[in-house]
Amino acid sequence: MSSELRYTANTQLEHLHARYTGTGHADITKYEWLTHQHRDTLASIVGHPTLTSYLAIADNESIGRVKFEMTERMLQPCGPPPAKDED
Amino acid sequence: MHLYNLTLQPPTAITQAIVGNFSGARQQEIIVSHGTRLELLRPDPQTGKVATVIACDVFGSIRSLAAFRLTGGTKDYAIVGSDSGRIVILDYDPKTSSFVKLHQETYGKSGARRIVPGQYLAVDPKGRSVMISAIEKAKLVYILNRDAAANLTISSPLEAHKNASIIHHIVGLDVGFENPTFAALEVDYSESDQDPTGEAFNNAEKLLTYYELDLGLNHVVRKWSAPTDPRANLLVQVPGGQLASSDRYDGPSGVLVCCEDHIIYRHMDAPQHRVPIPRRRHPLEDPDRGLIIVAAVMHKMKGAFFFLLQSEEGDLYKVTIEHEEEEVKALKIKYFDTVPVASSLCILKSGFLFVASEFGNHYLYQFQKLGDDDDEPEFSSTSYPSFGMDDPTLPLRRAYFKPHALDNLALADELESLDPILDAKVMNLLPNSDSPQIFTACGRGARSSLRMLRHGLEVEEVVSSDLPGIPNAVWTTKIKEDDLYDSYIILSFVNGTLVLSIGETIEEVQDTGFLSSAPTLAVQQIGEDALLQVHPHGIRHVLSDRRVNEWRAPSGKTIVTATTNKRQVVVALSSAELVYFELDLEGQLNEFQDRKAMGSTVLALSVGEVPEGRQRTPYLAVGCEDQTVRIISLDPESTLETISLQALTAPPSAICIADILDASINKSHPTTFVNIGLQNGVLLRTVLDPVNGQLTDTRTRFLGTRPIRLLRIQTQKNPAILALSSRSWLNYTHQNLMHFTPLILDTLDYAWNFSAELCPEGLIGIAGSTLRIFQIPKLGTKLKQDSIPLAYTPRKFISHPTNRYFYLIEGDHRSYSDATATSKLNELRSQGKMIDDDIVNLPPETFGRVKAPAGQWASNIRIIDPVDAKTVNVIPLDNNESAFSLAIVPFAARGGELHLVVGTAQDTFLSPRSCTSGFLRTYRFTDDGTGLELLHKTETDDVPLAVMPFQGRLVAGVGKALRIYDIGKKKLLRKVENKGFGSAIVNLNTQGSRILVGDMQESIFFAVYKAPENRLLIFADDTQPRWVTAACMVDYTTVAAGDRFGNVFVNRLDMKVSDQVDDDPTGAGILHEKGILMGAPHKTKMLSHFHVGDLVTSIHKVSLVAGGREVLLYTGLHGTVGILVPFVSKEDVDFISTLEQHIRSEQPSLVGRDQLAWRGYYVPVKAVVDGDLCETFARLPASKQSAIAGELDRTVGEVLKKLEQLRVTASGF
Repeated sequence: MSSELRYTANTQLEHLHARYTGTGHADITKYEWLTHQHRDTLASIVGHPTLTSYLAIADNESIGRVKFEMTERMLQPCGPPPAKDED
Repeated sequence: MHLYNLTLQPPTAITQAIVGNFSGARQQEIIVSHGTRLELLRPDPQTGKVATVIACDVFGSIRSLAAFRLTGGTKDYAIVGSDSGRIVILDYDPKTSSFVKLHQETYGKSGARRIVPGQYLAVDPKGRSVMISAIEKAKLVYILNRDAAANLTISSPLEAHKNASIIHHIVGLDVGFENPTFAALEVDYSESDQDPTGEAFNNAEKLLTYYELDLGLNHVVRKWSAPTDPRANLLVQVPGGQLASSDRYDGPSGVLVCCEDHIIYRHMDAPQHRVPIPRRRHPLEDPDRGLIIVAAVMHKMKGAFFFLLQSEEGDLYKVTIEHEEEEVKALKIKYFDTVPVASSLCILKSGFLFVASEFGNHYLYQFQKLGDDDDEPEFSSTSYPSFGMDDPTLPLRRAYFKPHALDNLALADELESLDPILDAKVMNLLPNSDSPQIFTACGRGARSSLRMLRHGLEVEEVVSSDLPGIPNAVWTTKIKEDDLYDSYIILSFVNGTLVLSIGETIEEVQDTGFLSSAPTLAVQQIGEDALLQVHPHGIRHVLSDRRVNEWRAPSGKTIVTATTNKRQVVVALSSAELVYFELDLEGQLNEFQDRKAMGSTVLALSVGEVPEGRQRTPYLAVGCEDQTVRIISLDPESTLETISLQALTAPPSAICIADILDASINKSHPTTFVNIGLQNGVLLRTVLDPVNGQLTDTRTRFLGTRPIRLLRIQTQKNPAILALSSRSWLNYTHQNLMHFTPLILDTLDYAWNFSAELCPEGLIGIAGSTLRIFQIPKLGTKLKQDSIPLAYTPRKFISHPTNRYFYLIEGDHRSYSDATATSKLNELRSQGKMIDDDIVNLPPETFGRVKAPAGQWASNIRIIDPVDAKTVNVIPLDNNESAFSLAIVPFAARGGELHLVVGTAQDTFLSPRSCTSGFLRTYRFTDDGTGLELLHKTETDDVPLAVMPFQGRLVAGVGKALRIYDIGKKKLLRKVENKGFGSAIVNLNTQGSRILVGDMQESIFFAVYKAPENRLLIFADDTQPRWVTAACMVDYTTVAAGDRFGNVFVNRLDMKVSDQVDDDPTGAGILHEKGILMGAPHKTKMLSHFHVGDLVTSIHKVSLVAGGREVLLYTGLHGTVGILVPFVSKEDVDFISTLEQHIRSEQPSLVGRDQLAWRGYYVPVKAVVDGDLCETFARLPASKQSAIAGELDRTVGEVLKKLEQLRVTASGF
């Protein structure tokens, strides 16, 4: 990409998307949006000590286990993506 | 409504702990994070006790901590990763006893976000660089160095980002002095996000990646990446690198990868070693359930190292690596001991292990041995083909061990922790108590407890013995000035004096030179080696050779009161005259030529201690019957001249001058306080100006109903004042700040210091005819805890309206109840399985219970006598039911007879919430409330999470439905229902016919029951979604509630709407009103909002001091107890909010979080002043204090007084 093109609005937006994972855009699918939401939520739970404690008490698991399972779930929180239409 | 938030008990949960030489001295210290608070703990290697050195609120959420030391340095620094979007390096300054922020580098947005670093920290073991990482993608590396002046420097960040990768853990690799390298455990999700077949997801690899910081190029490169076990969760650093002095390698370097069921040793270009994590062979264990490591610590000793890893069951494993130079020969693991599951483990060089428990009390253990020569089976990677890596996808043969009681460790100290508080009640149940107690249901699983918190210092009684008569005073004294311990106890009776000597036993002695035929007024060790006794007819000066110099009171007059110090004696005669004596350099006591006539009977006298290096103290305080206190000079220039006078509201009963350090007034020197106790039980505390003798800054406090007696004593070598009234209070310095706390002790008549070999810091007191010797072990604590053990995690408890018992429900998910476990074991036995009874019968308080699959519950109803602190009865629930709610209901249909209704559910799953059936169990009380008789069970379609009595019937929140039930013969009868709630009803409150419903996700609903039409209608709700966890009705239209994210808020309904709803007899108006915003027709208005930083589990409207104002008291999951105090006047609001504003700019947060942004984490702060921030005013430097006070047109003293007054009038703390 030439440096002149960088100044157009479109590339700026692309740059922002690359930089801030989880930012939405006009053509986002429901699946993508939901996956972002879930990953954000899971990361927030792991990042807040009171929330991990709360879940650990409710489920009677250790805090370490709760954090681990939450982080694991971030890989694919909402199941596999929907199959693409073949057109 | 404007509120003042004040934390009474800061959170006690420890989320992380690090060890290091933070003060730069030889001794190691521990820094712990309480989530929103940093605390420095110092374990004493001699006594094995842990003392708090300093604790401070950071006004942010601490997510990670790491200690590091620059190469060649002797002092450790702490790096803090928080939700501030900044990395902060803290230094502990032992001189000022505070944390100093050395560096603060901003790298991202605030908040605990997915791609903003702060979640993980890893430091290079040589202290050259640090990596800070987010949960996803972002990793930043900072280079640490020192400049020419040996100051710590930090570079600008280097990025080591990797898009679309989730980071499980990072750790610094020990590579000696080669380029710093960090290892990260990552999973890439970009492929599984694109693959609809799910194959990419199933094949997703967890990568162990090395990031090398090239110090020459100032650049981070991905050096190596290799797939490892897909269920890996934790990395542990393995020592490595060559010693500078020799060619020997410290260790093989690399990492331990802790996976589910396995530990793998891994390093670049080196063979892997894998061992299984040994398990307990419990017959009921779920064989499919893996075991993970949740905490780990590596310890290096001379030429050796080992690891302690802790599994989620609490078992510690010792892991060792056999190596030759850099080549690993074997990885070995064996069971070590079992301790509570920790959030962090710290090993101290002095041979201690600090276990920061994830729930409950924290422990310090001392190593007895390192488990080297015991019979414990050890599992080595060499006993498996290819070091256990034959087929990495297949699990290794399972290894088993038998847990045992502590063998290698011995308990040294315990730090009490309320974490987690799940429910609380505030009530005054104790006889002879004028302030309420806080009862908290704490803990998890078998380590749960119900604790009673009382405001006051815990007192440990050493001796208590009965005396022949009732003494009216007691003293102890040394014989010589430089004696270490006291030698005599002097007891004064109405008609005589008894002298006891302290030795191996305490016995009466005769030939001490003291007059035994008269009562004593004062005793003093005076000069180098003389003793002094003041009695009503004179003063006896007993010299070391037993000669007695006696001064006799003039005939017809007696001595009424006296005060002494090491060099001065002042007595007051019945003729209202003062006589002054001073010790001269020869050790003779000389009377001053004049006597001072006071004009009014003298009731109390006090001189301070002689300041070091001085001849005398220049001021005497005299309290007279005419309700005045006068300060009189003892200076040779102006002896016995009156300097100043203070009028009182009642005659004084005692005066005490003491020099006590209070950093809020003077940082470096003790302040002279004149404490005046009045006959009506009020204490005045004034500051004596050392230059002109004026009394300033008067503060008053009501101590009790009896006239006050004041005594100067010593605590931890510092002067303190004991104030005795109907309660006993101690005024002392702790962490440089003055505290004023009641002692939890029966009323004392008199007390004095007591120092003997076995009890160097004790106190001796008399109560009636008993003599008691006691100690105060935990200075600085404000709440005394008494606990009652529970079997499972407490859920809720209630008190009975007429008897004194508490009814508590407890339950654990993934647990077998005792009955289920027994029947399952019997079944196994009948199948001929061998069952090891030792493992089955392990005490669950230490070892926990065996984990059952999800959907298994163990639950009890427990009846507790809180006053005697014991369980009266336990009713276990059968059929895999678990209790979630309870209420005591006076059913009108049964003539108001009280029934206990417990909401339970069978085979409950948490996410998504489901159960085969919910039940409302109705019990009748038997045996005066100590027993329960089950009347019937009523089925419900969902889990009843909230039940409450309502107008002689029961109202229950069953899932999304609110129902009213009445009692029937065979079951409860459903009368009316409303299903319009958002997700699930979690709590209920009522007044009149109004019901306030707290929804799990949708905030508080206002509902009303219209009896004529039997309608249950929602008429108002909140504009914001709130995940309500606790709520309390403040008045008929106002509700205070807490949510899951740590907010407390107050909502109010418009008075007009309230009236209109009440005036509508049938509710037809509400029924046909149009809803707003897809909800109820009316909305509540938010009055105040505040982020406390802890998940609020209960809110109560109570008055904490007798006759005091009502405040809102809340408890938090991590052990917080706080109050919200309504301001009484507009002036107070203005004053305190301006003060808050100034402190906010003067006192930036230690973790770099903006205080205002923190308190407005989710919703901007509204109408609440942060009292914790305001109280840091006392710790500010004097120049800043006076600058702020100047801005407010007050003096520093006035500001401090206002803050203290707010605290004391609201909480009594």
